Parts: sequence; structure tokens; C-alpha cells
Amino acid sequence: MLRTQEYFLNFGPQHPSTHGVFQIILTLDGERIVKGEPVCGYLHRGIEKLAEARTYTQVIPYTDRMDYLAAMLQNLGYVQAVEKLMGIEVPERAEYLRVISGELSRIASHLIGIGVNALDIGAFTGFLLCFREREKIMDLLEELTGSRMTLSYARIGGVADDAPEGWLDRLKKLMDEMPGYIEEYQGLITGNEIFQARTKFIGILSPETAINYSLSGPTLRGSGVNYDLRKARPYGVYDRFDFEVPLGENGDCFDRFLCRMLEMEQSVRIIQQAVEQIKEVDGPVIGKVPKVLKPPKGEVYHEIESSKGIIGYYVVSDGSNKPYRVHVRRPSFINLGYLDEMVRGYLLADVVAILSSIDIVLGEVDC
Amino acid sequence: MLENLFVGIAQWLRALLGGVGVPVEINEAIVMLVKLVAILVFILINALWLVYMERKVAAYMQARIGPNRVGPKGLLQTTADIGKLISKEIIIPKKADIAVFLISPVLIFVPTLMVFAVIPFGKNMAAIDMNIGVFYLLAIASLSTMIFWMGGWASNSKYSLIGAMRVVAQMVSYELPLVLGLLGVIMIVGSMNMSDIIAAQEHTWFIFTQPVAFLIYFAAAVAETNRCPFDLVEGESEIIAGPYTEYGGMAFAMYFLAEYANIMVICAMATIMFFGGWHAPFGLTFIPSWVWFFLKMYALIFIVMQLRWTYPRIRVDQLMGFSWKVLVPLALANIFITGIGMKIYQAMGW
Repeated sequence: MLRTQEYFLNFGPQHPSTHGVFQIILTLDGERIVKGEPVCGYLHRGIEKLAEARTYTQVIPYTDRMDYLAAMLQNLGYVQAVEKLMGIEVPERAEYLRVISGELSRIASHLIGIGVNALDIGAFTGFLLCFREREKIMDLLEELTGSRMTLSYARIGGVADDAPEGWLDRLKKLMDEMPGYIEEYQGLITGNEIFQARTKFIGILSPETAINYSLSGPTLRGSGVNYDLRKARPYGVYDRFDFEVPLGENGDCFDRFLCRMLEMEQSVRIIQQAVEQIKEVDGPVIGKVPKVLKPPKGEVYHEIESSKGIIGYYVVSDGSNKPYRVHVRRPSFINLGYLDEMVRGYLLADVVAILSSIDIVLGEVDC
Repeated sequence: MLENLFVGIAQWLRALLGGVGVPVEINEAIVMLVKLVAILVFILINALWLVYMERKVAAYMQARIGPNRVGPKGLLQTTADIGKLISKEIIIPKKADIAVFLISPVLIFVPTLMVFAVIPFGKNMAAIDMNIGVFYLLAIASLSTMIFWMGGWASNSKYSLIGAMRVVAQMVSYELPLVLGLLGVIMIVGSMNMSDIIAAQEHTWFIFTQPVAFLIYFAAAVAETNRCPFDLVEGESEIIAGPYTEYGGMAFAMYFLAEYANIMVICAMATIMFFGGWHAPFGLTFIPSWVWFFLKMYALIFIVMQLRWTYPRIRVDQLMGFSWKVLVPLALANIFITGIGMKIYQAMGW
């Protein structure tokens, strides 16, 4: 009788498909996973602590560095939290610009999400085609904000600047083309037999577990739980748009992937409506905000729907011009919580499929 | 003139050496040596260009331009890459089995070079015309399993070991449908000599009489060379680079070039077995036979490359299932039907 034994495999932190410096200590029996222990913290920069030594406005660029793929949504969560704390009114035009840039960020982030998912399963072409469209979105964001990834576009009380001339038309043109591109990905990636064989019924997450583990975003909705903050508790001007929340059925890797794909379509719809509605709204893009921000003593928690899930900012003020404490509920980090149980019993190749179906960004996991 | 270019060179060499009074045995040995060196140079240079071709094909499929800086249209890109890799240090892991670790990237080229000896690139253009050519080719080609395993085991790394285990499992599983797929053709021809097989396709290529066999052969052959969608052995998103994980510099490049040389082998084999070898289609005989051979071979290589950049990678259990549950039964059914067909043809007196 042959004696077999389990062995450890250090999956990361330097590994091509852990999306950065993430480590999973796998216990393997042959190629089958017995246990997968996630280890994070390799990219920890202490953003929360740094925020304590900066003024309220100076914290904004730090939020960019968390989920750098959807920087606008990170900015937005923070500034809305501070606005809530100080009771600042935001002009309508700024709200629309926030929605537009936020949804553009979401599409860009989801493009990476689905592209990397395809790449991890081995389809390199799908990945690069997604980058092609992301590039166009990056160009638009660069025109609007002056930066491609770390936007820092949101300001407390509004946004940095109005859209340049003709920008909304260029945006509209891209959004009209976008459904065609999405169809292309659907054909190349979603419709691929091998892709489906690799992702269907892999890493199944039941709705109950997803709720119990406080998962959010497409990871949660892939399991069929209809919870999108933009619909459930609309913030900003999200209540003015008509869009749907795509849901999965089985809660497997494929459903999570498909949710992202369909969410992009919905984001395109939102942007198209916003571009129409913003035409009727004129006025400043930043409200009346004092030069030196000194929020009253107190604390506030505000959460929005980021591309990865619910991002929440907890800001405590001691009345000075610097926050006493900032804590961020990072969706990538919390979504990882269930990883161990999710990979157990699957094969080594499934680990990468499951990990990329959660769609993490290490900047956000480690903060 | 062009048709017999290479044959002519060989005869001229023989005549030259005979003229200065070299004995016949030594004369033949020198000619054989020249042939082998020519094949060696051809394979290495071809592998270099295939890497370039792969990168260009990939780029155009992915809306990019691809290499375009080094040399005209980037043609010298791989040459420059290899130059860089040669100048790099080969890092040997501390606990590696040094002898085996270092010898396997050298050995990886041996089976590939050996099989080229029997491939007829044109009319009368096989280095050795062996009567069991197909058998020899299959037997030698399967040797590379051992060398991958050696490299993976000697690296003493877990990723390499997983990769090496996958090599063995995959190659053993796909050897069977590969051989069974070719058996249909061999049954019809009744010979394993490659020249005979090509001669039998003068009027009808076997792709038309044995289409299923071709599909089985092609799928199995792509798996044999560890190409996508069967590239689990390298599976860069799972096990980094499989058996080559610990290799750097030229040692890695040897594995890399051997992969392209292997693609050439399987496509040359497909050309011989199913696409009429060097026979010209539609009576276009004014183009030399070896040009036809290469045209067909490169067309097939192009298809292999397109597969690589279209499909995701399948999982290890699906890979095994595909071989044992789909390809092997299909190949057996194909042999059965071919046998019945042949008997019917004979009974009808054709």
C-alpha cells in the first residue's frame, strides 16, 4: 500500500494570479484542496492611520489608493461621509457628475474583473479585449479629472471641476458603443464552452452563507440576494435613474462573473440617463464649503455601493480640522472571509477561478 | 531546378567528395552529417521565427501590434530575446539535483531533433527513409515525457512537481488517442513508411477519407505539445510555469524553443498523414514540393496558434475525461468503421 500525505503549498504572495501580493497557504491532497488559509497584509500602508494626520480634504487622495481600479467610488464614499457629518448640501450638477464618473469607474473596474477572471482561466485574449475598452474609459476620465487611475475627483461639497466642452458628447458616443463591446465579450468569454465548464458549479456560495459572512457586491448578488445599495438605500441622485439589479441563480463562479457583465450594461444605462438629465441642470459643481473644514464633534458612518461591494466609511471628529479616526469597511477584505470554506474540496485550478470570481483588489484588502 | 534544389546539393556534395577520392563510406557519412546539421539549423531558426509568428498572431487577435521595434517589423525580436537569455545567469535552486536539473533542458531537444530525421520535407527529401517511420516518430516523441518529469523532479519545487505530475498524466493519456487516430490511415495504406503514406495520397488526401481521425489526431497532438487549451502543464495562472518554474536564462529558453519545435513536428506529421505531404493540390506542380509541404505545415501551425489565443484552459479532471471518455472511444469506433469500409471496398473489387 502506498503511503500518501498532504502537503503545503505557498500560493503567493508572489504568484501570477493572486491579483497582487496575496497569499493563500494551501493544504493539498494531490491537487485537491484540503484547506486554504488566506494571509493578507503584504500591501498594508496604514491608510487609516495616515488619515488621522491629514486634514479632511487631504484624506481624499489616500482613498484613491485603496481600490485603485474604481477610485471615484472610493472618493465618493469618503466625501459623502464627511458631508453627512457636516450637513453640507451638494449642488445637483455635481451629483450628476459624481454619478457619471462613479459609474464609469464601476465599468472600468468590472472590465478588469471579468478580464482577469478570463485570464486566470487561461483566456488571454478576453483579458486584453477588456483592456481595450477600459483604455477608452480611462481616456475620458483623464479628460474629466486630469488623472487616469487615482482620480481624486470628488471634493467635499461637490466635485473638482465641471466636464470640459464636448466631453458629454464623447461620453455619450462611447456609451452607445458599449453594448456592442459587451456583446463581444459575451461571445468570446461567457459563451465559451470551456469557460463555462471551468466556472459553473464551482465555488458555490449559498445566499444564507453570503449574508452571514456579510459579503456584498456582485459576490453577494451572484448568489441571488437582491441587495444593491443604489436601489435599497439610494444615495446621491440614484433614485432618479431606471436600472435593474442583475442576480445570479446558483451562486457559483459563473454567476458572479455574469453579474459583473450584466452590471456593466446597467451602468451604461445609468450613464446614458445621467447624460440626458444633466443637460437640464446648470450651476456650480461645488457647494458652499468653508475654507477650513472643522466638522462638529461626533461620528458618522456612510456606505455606498462600490464596484467590489459595499464600502463604508466611519469618520470620527473631535472638532479639529483633522479626523480623529477613519475606518473603512473594505468590501474586498470582507468578501475574502469565506475563501477558505469556498475552496475546500476543489482542485488547484479552481482556486484561481474562485479567487478571481470574488474580484479582489489588494490595495483595498490591505488598505 | 528549384524542385530538386536540396537533392541537387546533396548529389553535388557526393560528386565533389567522390572526385577527390574520398572512400564511399566516409563520403556517405559526411553527407549524412551535413544533412543533420542542416536540419538542426533549420529547426532552431524556425523555432525562433515561430515565436515571433506566435506573438504577432496573438497581437493581431488582441487588437495590438506586437513586436515592431527590433529589426524590420520586429523580425529580430526573438533573436534579441534569445541573446538576452543566453547572457543571463542560470540560477540553480539550493536543493535541486544539479546534474539532472542541468541536463534536462539540453535533453529536451533530443527527441525533437531525432524525429526530424524521418520527416520528408519534399520529394526525396527525408534524411532517413525508414520503413517504420510513423512508429519511430511516435515512439521517440513520447520520450519527452521523461525529460519534462526529470526537469520537474530535479527542481525540487512543489510547483515544478505538480507540473511534472501533470505532464506524465497528460502525455500518457493522450498518447493513446494519438496513436489510435493515426491507425486509420496506416490501415488504409498498409505501411508505416512515410513515403508510402504520402504516395498513397497522390489523388485523395486522407483528410477527406479520414476526417474523424484527423480531428482526434489534432486534439491529441495539441495536448501532447502542451498547448492551449491543454496547457495545464504550464498553466501559468495556477502553477506558474510547471516544470520550468525554477529555470531561468537559456535553460528556460531551451524548453521554450523545444515547445515550438514540437509544434512543428505535430503539424509536419499532420501534413504527412492527412494533407498529402509534399503533393501539390490542383496539379500546381510548378511550385516545388518542399514549398507545398511548408505551406501546409505553416497553415496548421497558424490554426494551433489561433486555438491558443481563443480558448481558456481546461481543468485537469476534464482533460483526463476528454481523453478517456471522448477521444479514445471515438478513435476505436473510427478504426472499426475504417476496417469495415476497407472490407466492403475489397469485396466490391475496387
